[in-house]
Amino acid sequence: MSLGLYVARRVAVLVPTLFFVSVLIFSLQKLLPGDAAIALAGEEGDPAVVAAIRAKYHLDRPVVAQYGIWVGRVLRGDLGESLRNKIPVTELLASKLPVTIELALCSMLIALVLGIPTGVLSAVRKGTAVDVAANALALSGLSVPHFWLGIMLILLFAVRLGWLPASGYVPPWEDLRRNLTTIVLPSIVLGTGVAGVMMRHTRSAMLQVLSADYVRTARAKSVPERLVVLKHALRNALIPVITLGALEFGRLLSGAVLTEQIFAIPGFGKMLVDGVFNRDYAVVQGVVLVSAALYVLLNLLADILYFLTNPRLRGA
Amino acid sequence: MSQAGVALALAAAVETRRPSALRRLLRRPLAVVGLAVVAAFVAVAVAAPLVAPYDPIKTNFVAVRKAPSDAYRLGTDEVGRDVLSRLIWGARASLLAGVIPVTLALVVSVPLGLLSGCAGGWLDGLIMRITDAMLAIPFLIVAIALAAFLGPSLVNAMIAIGIAALPTFVRLARGSALAVTTEEYIESARSLGCSRVRIAVRHVLPNIVPPLLIQSSLTAAAAIIAEASLSFLGLGQQPPAPSWGSMLNAAQRYLVQAPWMAIYPGLMIFGIVMSLNVLGDALRDALDPRQG
Repeated sequence: MSLGLYVARRVAVLVPTLFFVSVLIFSLQKLLPGDAAIALAGEEGDPAVVAAIRAKYHLDRPVVAQYGIWVGRVLRGDLGESLRNKIPVTELLASKLPVTIELALCSMLIALVLGIPTGVLSAVRKGTAVDVAANALALSGLSVPHFWLGIMLILLFAVRLGWLPASGYVPPWEDLRRNLTTIVLPSIVLGTGVAGVMMRHTRSAMLQVLSADYVRTARAKSVPERLVVLKHALRNALIPVITLGALEFGRLLSGAVLTEQIFAIPGFGKMLVDGVFNRDYAVVQGVVLVSAALYVLLNLLADILYFLTNPRLRGA
Repeated sequence: MSQAGVALALAAAVETRRPSALRRLLRRPLAVVGLAVVAAFVAVAVAAPLVAPYDPIKTNFVAVRKAPSDAYRLGTDEVGRDVLSRLIWGARASLLAGVIPVTLALVVSVPLGLLSGCAGGWLDGLIMRITDAMLAIPFLIVAIALAAFLGPSLVNAMIAIGIAALPTFVRLARGSALAVTTEEYIESARSLGCSRVRIAVRHVLPNIVPPLLIQSSLTAAAAIIAEASLSFLGLGQQPPAPSWGSMLNAAQRYLVQAPWMAIYPGLMIFGIVMSLNVLGDALRDALDPRQG
């Protein structure tokens, strides 16, 4: 199968998924108790304002028509306007998303640096104390509540030791050094959870590969063990781990919501929480929509990566 | 073999497998520790009125932010409430948040998954596309968005978490059901004239329990973290009722003056979540036939 055909097939499957995603996100506003127009205007909303909102959001039209109008606008890149600061939601997203992407990339880097070597070590030393310790660490990384870990790191590194700022964010183009000092703690917080997942997957992939025939052959012709592990085994074991990395992005986005809240980082997650507290429903819908779109795109990317790294699929 | 014979053979197979799975589970020291910790948390939550030294919501302005001492083992909070008593009562919210969303997800997803896996066709396609769409939105973001639109309360938070957990269970139930329906005993039940509903309920359902059990344990852990996260944001348990998440929210403002307010609630969440994850892993090892 050619890459083009493969991608076309994957994209064709995405169309119904995206349709249902849009229906789910549209239905969110139908969950608002009572009259949505009153909820949007606030309990003491002026009747004229309520009427204006009803007309503006076409709340007087049938639900199917409302959905059609909403999707039409979303497809044109119009996600509505933030009730709070009267800025288009797309503009808000465009300013917040890069911050979260930087946080996610730094966290992913930490996760890879921590997760893959520990996974390899744990597989190579299976059953030893090193393996047990690595597994315990991975499980701790998966079990620790992000927001609590964040608070504890602030307590240690900002309050007690005074090495790093407790919160805030400086864009990298303003001051790269200060940017890094503000991003390091939140990246560690987010990275640990993903590192746990990476470690466990690297370990099981390595164990599988290390028992494969070609590894035995390599050992039989006395290839040095270091080379067997790093060249023959790891290269193949990394394929599923790398594709998993793309999927773990969803976990990073989820984690970013609270991490950004704790470290007062003006990103995508904080935008969601602020939207929730200001009852700014267009913002909430926008964030959910973009996180779903990102997830779907990364899934597609993972599929393509998997296709490119797996020659057997190309023959199919 | 008669229908009764098939049923007997199946029952015998199930009978002989169950104790060995349980025995395999109990042979793992980590599983026993995990089980014991979870049992201890449940016991403390149930016996909260008996074991809590103080009233968890009664304020005491002469004992504000007192450090841990003999009178207050884990210190007091910003309005003089005993941290230990609030932790003990808070275990109720957390454990409920572990149990109710999982139960909700199971009750809705098992019939849907069975229907999808056993019926196939357009219905299967429709159910799968909807779960795909739900899976596309990260777990906590679904839960936060739903809790925001439903309104802040512990019950709504649990409903939101249950809905967010749904698609994983539907996929798992369907996948397991599909795998089971290719087995020979299902074929023989079908050739004996068993109805589709009977096959689904009597023959498929018992065989998809192990993967669902493992997932339940892991989801309970995720649900406890999600409840704590929602309560931390003010979308779950409402004050003054205690919850570990909302205790952490208050603690954040007094990190310098009263670090004990932040340390213990997080340790509790970490402890119960770690135990459930250990238990889930051990269950997987014990129930997965491939593990020998």
